[in-house]
Amino acid sequence: MSTPQALESGSRHDLRTGASPDAPDEDKFKDEEGAFGYCHSYETSSRYDGPGLRVVLFVSGCLLRCTYCHNPDTWHLKDGTYVSAEQVLRRLGDFAPSLRSLGGGLTISGGEAMVQLAFVKRIFAGAKAMGLHTAIETSGFLGDRADDAFLNTIDLVLLDIKSSDPDTYRRVTGRDIAPTLRFAQRLASIGKPVWVRFTLVPGATDHPENVAGIARFVAPMRNVEWVEVQPFHQMGSFKWKAMGLDYKHHDTPPPSRELVSRVIGQFRDAGCNAR
Amino acid sequence: MKGSAALKQDAKADSWRGFQPGDWSSTINVRDFIVRNVTSYSGDEKFLAGPTQRTKAVWAKMQPYFAEERKKGVLAVDAQNPSTMLAHQAGYIDRDNEIIVGLQTDQPFKRAIFPFGGLRMVETGLKAAGFEPDAKVHEAFTKYRKSHNDGVFDAYTSEIMNCRRSGIITGLPDAYGRGRIIGDYRRVALYGTDRLLEAKRQERAQIDDMWPTDEVIRQREELAEQMRALQDLASMAKLYGYDITQPATNAAEAFQWTYFAYLGAIKEANGAAMSIGRISSFLDIYIERDLKEGALDEAGAQELWDQLVQKLRIVRFLRTPDYDALFSGDPYWATECVGGMDLDGRALVTKSSYRMLHTLYNLGPAPEPNITVLWSNHMPPAFKRFCVKVSKDTSSLQYENDDLMRPYWGDDYAIACCVSAMRLGKQMQFFGARVNFAKALLYAINGGRDEVSGDQVAPRTMPVTGDFLDYDDVMAKFDTTMEWLAKTYVHAMNCIHYMHDKYFYERLEMALHDRDILRTMAFGIAGLSVVADSLSAIKYGKIRVTRDATGLVVDYQNEGNASTPQFGNNDDRVDQIASELVTRFMAKIRKHPTYRNATHTQSVLTITSNVVYGKATGNTPDGRREGEPFGPGANPMHGRDSHGWLASCLSVAKLPYKDSLDGISYTVSVAPQKAHLSEAQLIDEATKAFDVYFGRGGFHMNLNVIDRETLEDAIKNPDKYPQLTIRVSGYAVNFVRLTPEQQRDVISRTFHGQI
Repeated sequence: MSTPQALESGSRHDLRTGASPDAPDEDKFKDEEGAFGYCHSYETSSRYDGPGLRVVLFVSGCLLRCTYCHNPDTWHLKDGTYVSAEQVLRRLGDFAPSLRSLGGGLTISGGEAMVQLAFVKRIFAGAKAMGLHTAIETSGFLGDRADDAFLNTIDLVLLDIKSSDPDTYRRVTGRDIAPTLRFAQRLASIGKPVWVRFTLVPGATDHPENVAGIARFVAPMRNVEWVEVQPFHQMGSFKWKAMGLDYKHHDTPPPSRELVSRVIGQFRDAGCNAR
Repeated sequence: MKGSAALKQDAKADSWRGFQPGDWSSTINVRDFIVRNVTSYSGDEKFLAGPTQRTKAVWAKMQPYFAEERKKGVLAVDAQNPSTMLAHQAGYIDRDNEIIVGLQTDQPFKRAIFPFGGLRMVETGLKAAGFEPDAKVHEAFTKYRKSHNDGVFDAYTSEIMNCRRSGIITGLPDAYGRGRIIGDYRRVALYGTDRLLEAKRQERAQIDDMWPTDEVIRQREELAEQMRALQDLASMAKLYGYDITQPATNAAEAFQWTYFAYLGAIKEANGAAMSIGRISSFLDIYIERDLKEGALDEAGAQELWDQLVQKLRIVRFLRTPDYDALFSGDPYWATECVGGMDLDGRALVTKSSYRMLHTLYNLGPAPEPNITVLWSNHMPPAFKRFCVKVSKDTSSLQYENDDLMRPYWGDDYAIACCVSAMRLGKQMQFFGARVNFAKALLYAINGGRDEVSGDQVAPRTMPVTGDFLDYDDVMAKFDTTMEWLAKTYVHAMNCIHYMHDKYFYERLEMALHDRDILRTMAFGIAGLSVVADSLSAIKYGKIRVTRDATGLVVDYQNEGNASTPQFGNNDDRVDQIASELVTRFMAKIRKHPTYRNATHTQSVLTITSNVVYGKATGNTPDGRREGEPFGPGANPMHGRDSHGWLASCLSVAKLPYKDSLDGISYTVSVAPQKAHLSEAQLIDEATKAFDVYFGRGGFHMNLNVIDRETLEDAIKNPDKYPQLTIRVSGYAVNFVRLTPEQQRDVISRTFHGQI
């Protein structure tokens, strides 16, 4: 397995504040479920991933293999660093007062945040105890694993729906779409706030029927606050190259302004609050 | 018929009409005048007016000079007449349209010489700019008259000379004006020079009975010089047809009087930083009165500001190439402070605070005057939002924490240069540039030898002997080096300021101070983040050293944990090292007595010298390569603050102001907004972010809102970006006037995605 770039000195992987880097966490292992997990990196100043200013924690491990993924260095669980939830929360605590003042909170992304469900749940519970807003960014593929107690620790779900068409979905992600749609319906039934995210990849997800299908599915859901159209970009391509992976989108351009407007327009026409 | 005394009495009563009297009426006390008369404004910017025809006409006349200067550098110099208040006849840009008059010499953009600071600096500057030094001036300052520079070198020790040469202590004001003194220029407007002379006479009379110790004799001589300076200032104003012996009677006069006082100062001294103080809310009082009397409208009020600012944008000094490398882009730090609160909790934000910022729209962005917002979390939200908007549009503002400074300096302080707070008219500073802290660490490792030249610069001590660096061992050695460095540094500063007072005394600026003032002696450190990261690498990694044939350690490899904590990520393991270094070095500085019993202070500030310092410094244990620039000011090293601006600024906010009372500089570049926020929301969010940073104890913020692509384009096409202004450590600069190295440095800094 290749070493992710960010493992260099001063990398964003470093979550082990307060511990000597030489001291293995395993020494303190209490064998509690979710007490430890694998984290890829974190970021403290995002304005995209929920309301206010967000600390975004990227956990590793994902079951999807999206062809345009911009974080292929988070696919495998052990691409991350093994850290305790306690350490993650201690680190989050360094930022909590500022996040509260800025009306922000914690967003857990990945990878797929629900791969390490118990770990993530523990972190969310700790974040709630600090008075922070919590959000999870997920493909929904593992939505069946999320029990009510888990969902209770989350204020907002950023749900990536990559396609409405099972074939397209399988072609783009390598997986089945049904669990995601099931999860979306469950969130709607309990009224959990959701921002639907749709990555617009020219030639892969931009077909009007594909967009229309998602719009039709989402439009009736009153819990969906936003549909966010995320234009494809090439910022992750260097990672594919560095990892020696076969990248199918070398020649895919970012969507044009017109295409983005068309897609946003489609969502709006269907009655979605889109941006 | 009335006697002349009675007439003067009437004139004063007339000039102070409508003002609330108070202590200021009978003593020299501008602060009291302001708090009794200021009109706080909490509304928004909608009242502002555009530039008048006259302003535009003057501005148009100035454009060819700017364009020519970008091509040629120095346009003209008067090499014959050393600058004084009376050395040059009146000069104008556009006599019909200028409502504020006065130039440094008889022509715009013609620079003057200041040989009292040092002849060599003058002659090097002239030659570099393509002009011939004058034989008579040369004769006068080699045969008959000694300069500050000569004096300092008479008193320097060989050890100090070595430190200067090796670059561990540099940028010292031993060959040019020290600057960082702010005359209370407002006094001239409020009182007129006659009343100020009277006050100086009284101050002088009070010490007639004192036994003539060195200090008493010096004070008497200085007071005599100050009084002469006030008389010269009045004569200078007369050249322009104004009588400033009496107080200003309206806003236009108040602007003109205040500007004359500043002009006198920049004709007498060529300090690195010649700041103007805190004039906007003071002058606003005159504007408010004129508006009330119907003598002025909003366009006229804005015109006064625009035209004053035009003058402040063309201050020029003749510098040398060495000097430009340290402080590039011809800065002079005509720093003006806006905003802040008074001690009663009322905002000192006035409509003129807005008008001053609005000059950046009426005249376009520019580095000078160095507009400094004294940020208080209690200021009116509308003003905060306007400041952020101006930053977003112009990248021309810096911010400093009024809530942090007010308990130390009251509510009538101003910023000299970049980050040095001082009470106006009651405090001055002995400026002391900075030491290269990273080099000091390398000296500790190498037993006092310079890592580049191999020379023994610091006293011989035990170098590191093993193959790996041990944290406790290095810290102990570094402590010894710091001890020596602090002592040598204070020693050098005492020599410099003794001679500066003796040979290049700022008689006018000091005439606009009280007699008894607080003097600070401002020390500084460069490369704090390099040192903190290096010590962190030693502590948390495993650093193997590489020696050259002479045993000098020249390189470092980390063979342990690669992910050692780095400053700028809100990580206490390293942030505490940085804070502790600041406190430790300050404590060592404080051990040594200062000239005139000045109070020791310290800054974490580099201006643009982070590039020069980096160039002169070998490989460091943090992995920084030889010659690579340091992070500017207190900034994390480029690219190492990798977790976003929040983490970065929280690290910087931890540095202790109590041990760096001369300021802690922090520069942030953020890309223009791309998130799903409207402009209004974005400004609100940024305002909250400022409140968080300053609320957590952050001292300073230079904010650039710009993307890397624009800067890269500006390097390629400088003519497209004549007014592109960016903030570097403590000041703003025309990006296209930076040296190529400095431009690259700015581009390589961390750009945060959004605020």
